[in-house]
Formats: sequence, structure tokens, C-alpha cells
Amino acid sequence: MRKNLNVIAAYSIMMVLILLVGIFQSWNIALSIFNLCLISAVMTMGANIQWGYAGLINFGIMGYTALGGLAAVIISVDPVQEAWRAGGFDILMCLWLIIVMVLVIRFILKNFEKSKLRTYSIAGLIIAAIIIIRVTAEPGIEKIETVNPATTGFLGGFGLPIIFSWIVGALFAGGLAFIVGKVALGLRADYLAIATLLISEIVIAIIKHEDWLTRGVKNVIGLKRPAPYEVDLQTTDWFINLVEKFKSSKLDLITDLSERQAALNQFVIEGSSIFVKLCYSGLFLVVVIILLILTQKALYSPWGRMMRAIRDNEEAANAMGKNVVKQHLLIFILGSAIVGIAGAMLVTQDGLFTPGSYRPMRYTFLIWVMVIVGGSGNNFGAILGGFVVWFLWIEAAPISMFLINFFTAGIPETNAIKAHLIESVPYFRFLLMGLGLLFIMRYRPKGILPEKIEIK
Amino acid sequence: MDLINAIILLLNYIFIPGLTYGSQLALGAIFVTLIYGILRFANFATGDMMSFGTMMTILFTWYFQSLGISLGVLPTALIALPFGIFFMILYMLTIDKFVFKYYRTQKSPPVQFAMVSIGVMFVTQAVVRIIIGPGDRRFFDGEKFIIKAREFKEMTGLNEGLALKSTQVITIFVTIVLVSLLFWFLNKTKTGKSMKAYSDNEDLALLSGIDPKKIVLVTWVIAGILATIGGALYGLDKSFKPFTYFNNMLPIFAAAIVGGIGNPFGAFLGGYVIAFSEILLTYAYKKFFMYILPESMEPEGLVQLLSTDYKFAVSFSILVIVLLYRPSGIFKGKVL
Repeated sequence: MRKNLNVIAAYSIMMVLILLVGIFQSWNIALSIFNLCLISAVMTMGANIQWGYAGLINFGIMGYTALGGLAAVIISVDPVQEAWRAGGFDILMCLWLIIVMVLVIRFILKNFEKSKLRTYSIAGLIIAAIIIIRVTAEPGIEKIETVNPATTGFLGGFGLPIIFSWIVGALFAGGLAFIVGKVALGLRADYLAIATLLISEIVIAIIKHEDWLTRGVKNVIGLKRPAPYEVDLQTTDWFINLVEKFKSSKLDLITDLSERQAALNQFVIEGSSIFVKLCYSGLFLVVVIILLILTQKALYSPWGRMMRAIRDNEEAANAMGKNVVKQHLLIFILGSAIVGIAGAMLVTQDGLFTPGSYRPMRYTFLIWVMVIVGGSGNNFGAILGGFVVWFLWIEAAPISMFLINFFTAGIPETNAIKAHLIESVPYFRFLLMGLGLLFIMRYRPKGILPEKIEIK
Repeated sequence: MDLINAIILLLNYIFIPGLTYGSQLALGAIFVTLIYGILRFANFATGDMMSFGTMMTILFTWYFQSLGISLGVLPTALIALPFGIFFMILYMLTIDKFVFKYYRTQKSPPVQFAMVSIGVMFVTQAVVRIIIGPGDRRFFDGEKFIIKAREFKEMTGLNEGLALKSTQVITIFVTIVLVSLLFWFLNKTKTGKSMKAYSDNEDLALLSGIDPKKIVLVTWVIAGILATIGGALYGLDKSFKPFTYFNNMLPIFAAAIVGGIGNPFGAFLGGYVIAFSEILLTYAYKKFFMYILPESMEPEGLVQLLSTDYKFAVSFSILVIVLLYRPSGIFKGKVL
């Protein structure tokens, strides 16, 4: 118990902070912070597996998040029959062509000696294939995109419950990680960072501009929810009764019947959005807890020990007969898959998919700040990092507003500098994050909750 | 005649823009490569440092404009540049003293440096946005065109116009001067040579009496000059927006690695490789073929290899290919 004291203390402080937001700002804000904290926690767990367990640096988190989001769209949106009829055949043809191309390249790689000729012929093959694929796809894509472009203009998905996308998102992200890992894992750490960052930008470019698949920057809105809709709840009897029971002390004070009804309506509207958020919190908590149990088990298993051995001394682990390359690839896929789950969860919660919103600042570097601040190599630390950093990211604006007002209390409102500072309040969050990261790196390089190696 | 038209077309839409963009990337790439070669880390704050220098230049430009000082046909920003450079160097040295120096004395691994530079990136981004705001800023003044497309057409009687913006000429000219000075400095002066030695083998350099403090100082000074001028030229040519500068970090990294990181000359050429491949692969060649092919063979589509949306993706793909087949870069930088 005592050795876990700092973990418990850190988490209790975090919970109290969120409760304080609930009491002083509103429960709605507190719950949405909490939900995003949970999603961030899943992302940091993914990054932590790669960085903390294996020492692999992955700056492509944004790409895997976006792929998870794409999975949510592909799984949950109803298929657009008209678009399928118009251009589905061309797209399927292209898919076949791509598969054939990959198979041919594999065949060449397997059956021919490495030579200049082989390299050039593969390059030529890829260029030729790209041209053929473009020519085949062009008419289909054009037809699909003209099918009712204001609302659809894309192929749609499978029309399944969106919950499934959490698994499919993991598969998508894992698949991409397999390719990226095969290509880039041999690189030295900082090159790997740059390469993954750039690859994730390529992924985003594709998601943003292939309108037939994702609707691109036109966004997909109104995704199905795993939780009830507020509007439905507001007309459901049991929910109204529930709210009445909860708020009975306040309602009893109001004697006028019509006033009471109005107050009740207000409570029901507020309550419905809180209830929906609570549903999401429940779902996300389940995911976080399952992942936490799995990752903890993995960390203390022989496999986890091997991963740490590889991280701490690659050559020694190699000499002991551990296949470093294979294990690196495996852990790269696992970590990215977890990030993919988080991406799908994020889109599920928002109910919309906006490819334009995927920016490296928010989805790659912020997640890294979370991992470093929380404590790499320690799952509890990583989750805590997700909570702390996201909380600060949201609450930075109110905090800096308060500080600005506090320090410039004597200066009149009309002062140009003060007005300018107040106007730029949203950017203080970057300052806070940067300074936080620098201080943690300098004075507590292992994070708030450092990694503990227990030998049982 | 058609052939000349076709050539002018390519000059106007590919060669001149490519040369300009390439020069801007090249300056950034040399900055990245110097920091990597001498201070030994990948600086993720590159783009934001460039935007800080540009911001300082813009502030001084505004100040001079309010005083009524101008260079006539040339942009006022050129007088503001030295002041921008001064503050950029000051900022870099402050950051180095309070942040990077500690890790240098600790001999931290490059990954830790990269992480720290992300912290610097966040802070710099905040500083720039708090001071000048996140919006689009244009600070160009003076004569915009040296040759206007219409005038060129009237002058030569060709169908295609050739527009030459003054910013393009300034960019290319300044880059050539700056880069030649830099290479002269690195190859001919004692300090430059000792920097190269330090980059090659730190221990050996220290043994032969090279002062590491001086090397670091000179590196940051050169880096400050490159970052500010590169950023300001980009801002003059297009416009200044903190977010685009952050994004520009990516093709700059690509250029530095393609050219062989740690090798300034490679980085210089890498900038042009990236710029030209971006433009060549996303340009629609329809008009070009209309000029050189007989009418019966005119292409129907745009004859565009990739849509312009994939401009960035092109340079990143080139980088990935280079990393795969020649990890040390086209022009042999430090071996990985």
C-alpha cells in the first residue's frame, strides 16, 4: 500500500481538480474534460508502450488517430447505394490492382537477387501502377463525388454500430504501423521521429483529399451514437422521473405549478446532456481499465522483461537470442493499434469526423508531452499524464486569464498591452505546455510517476 | 515559336517558383543541418524559430514604416533584417543558456535533446502568437514586379507571359550571397574549419584546443542569421503566418535529410530537390503539351501526375524513399 501512495495521491488530486471544475464551472464542462482525459489516457498508453517499454519514438500518433477516426466513419455510416452503383466497380478494380501490384513486388523481391536492375524495375513498376490506378479510378471517383455532393458524395460505410469501429480502428492503425514499421524501424531514433512525423502527414493528406472515401474537408457529420440522444431522453418518462427524484429538494421549494414545470424542464435538458456524457464516460472507462489491466500484465510478464531488456541494451538482448527487429515491429503495431482505438473513440464521442482538424500539435506533440510529464514506462504515470496535461490544456485559458487580471489589476481596461494580452489568452496554453515539459525534463526527467521495476 | 512559348511557360510556372521556394527551403535546411552536425540534435523548433525571427523583422519593418523610412523600390524589411537577426540570435542564445546547455553538459542522448526542442517549440509558438497573433501578415512594400506578364507579352509578342516578382529575385540573390559567404566561412576561415572539425569528431577537436563554447556561440549566430533571413524571405514572397511556418519545418527537414544531414552543401541542394520535385510532380502539363505537340495529339486531361493537394506528401515520400535506399542522404552526410 505504502509504495503506491504517490499514485493514489496523484490520482486523488486529479479527481478533486475535476470535481472542482464541476462545482465551480459546470458539470457539463467537467464531464467533457473527464471524457477527453480518458481518450487522451488511451493515446498515452499507446505511446507509452512504444516509448516506455521499447524506447521507440513514434511521432506519427496523429496519423493513427485519424485512421481510427476513419474506421468510425467506414463502420457506422450507411452505405450510399447510389455512389456504389455509380463508381463502386472502378474503386474495387483499383483495390484489386493495388493488391496485384503488392503481390508482384513481393514476388520480385523473393525470387530475384538484389541488384540495381531489380530496384529500378520495382520503381518503374510502381510508377506504372500509379498511372494505371489513377486512370482506372478517375471516372469512378468523379461519379461518386457528384452523387449528391452536399450530403454524401462518398461511398459511405457498412452501417454497423459504431462501437465495432473501436476494434476496426485498432486494426487499421495496426496495419499502417506494420507498413511503417517495416520501412522505418531500422532508423536511428531521431530519424525515426522525423520519418514517422512525415508519414503521418502523408496519411492526413490522403484522408483530407480523397473525398470519395472520407468526404475530405467537407466532414462527415451526424455519426450514429452508442449512447442515447438528448432529444429522446428529454421525452422519456423514466428519465424525467429520475431527474425529478434527483432534484426533488430544489423542486419542492417551488410552489407554483407552472413554474415548477418550467424548472423541471430546465433540469431535464441539463440532465440529459450530462447523462449522455456519463454514458460515454462509462464506455471509455471500460476501455481504459481493460487496456490498463492488459498492459500491466504485459509489463510484468516475461515478454515485458524482454522488452525492457531490449530497450536498455539492444546488443545484449540480441546476443541473448532475442529477435530485436521482430519485437520492435510487434510493439510498434500494438502501440499504434491502441492509438487507433483512441482515434475511433474520439470520433464516436464527437459524432463527427473532421479531417481538417488533425494537426500534429494537438495529436502528436501534445500526446508526447503527456507521456513525458506523466512518466514513461509506467502505465499509471502515462494515464495520469493524459489527465493532467489535458486538464491544463483546457483550463489554461481561465487560469492565464485570472493571472493576467491579477497582475494587471491596477492597469485600466483600455490599456493596449492589457487588451492585447487578454485577446491572446488562448495561446498561453502553448506556453504552459512548453514550460511544463521543459521543467519536467530538467528536474524530474522520469515524469511525475516514474517507472518502477519490481522484481518478483 | 510554340517551343519558345512552352519554354517560357515552364520558366514562369516551374523554374522561377521552384528556384525561389527551393532557396527558402535551402536556408532552413542549412540551419537544421548545422544544428544537427554541431550541436547534435534534430531541432523540432526549427519552423517556430524561423517564425520568431520573421516576427521580429516584421515588427521592425512596421516601426520603420511608421517613421517613414523606406528603401524606395525595395521592401523596407531589408533594413529591418539586421535588427530581426540580432533579436533572433539573442533569443536563441537565451534558450541555449537556459535549456540546451544543461543537456549538453550532461551529454544527453539525441532523443532527449529532440524532446527538449519540442518544449522550446511550444514556448516559441506561444511567444510568437502572443506577440503578433496567429493571423496572416503581409509586410511587403515597394515595387512588386520587375517584369509583368502583360508587359512581357507586349514586348516579345509571345502568347505566354513571364512574370518576375521582385521578391523572387531578392530571394534568389540573397540566398546566393548568403550561402557563398557561409561556405567561404566554413571552408576558409579558422573558426569555420574548427566548426567542421568539431562536427567531425568532438573529442579530437577538443584535444586540439578548440573552444567548444566559441563553437556553440558561432553556430547559434549563423543559425540565427539563416533562420531569420530564410523566414523573412518566405514571408516577403508569400505571407507570414505562424502556423505555416510550423508546417514548413517538415519540408525543411526533408530537404536536410535528403541532402545528407550534417552536410551544409547537401542541405543547400536538398532544398532545391524538394522544391522542384514538389512543383514538377504536381504541375498540370496540359498547356505545355498543347504547345509542343501537334493539334491532333493534344492531351485531354490536365496531364497532372498528382493533384496539388499532395504537394507536401510528395516531398515526404521522397524523404521516405531516400531514407530507405540511401539513409545517409544523396550527398553523404553523417552515416546513421
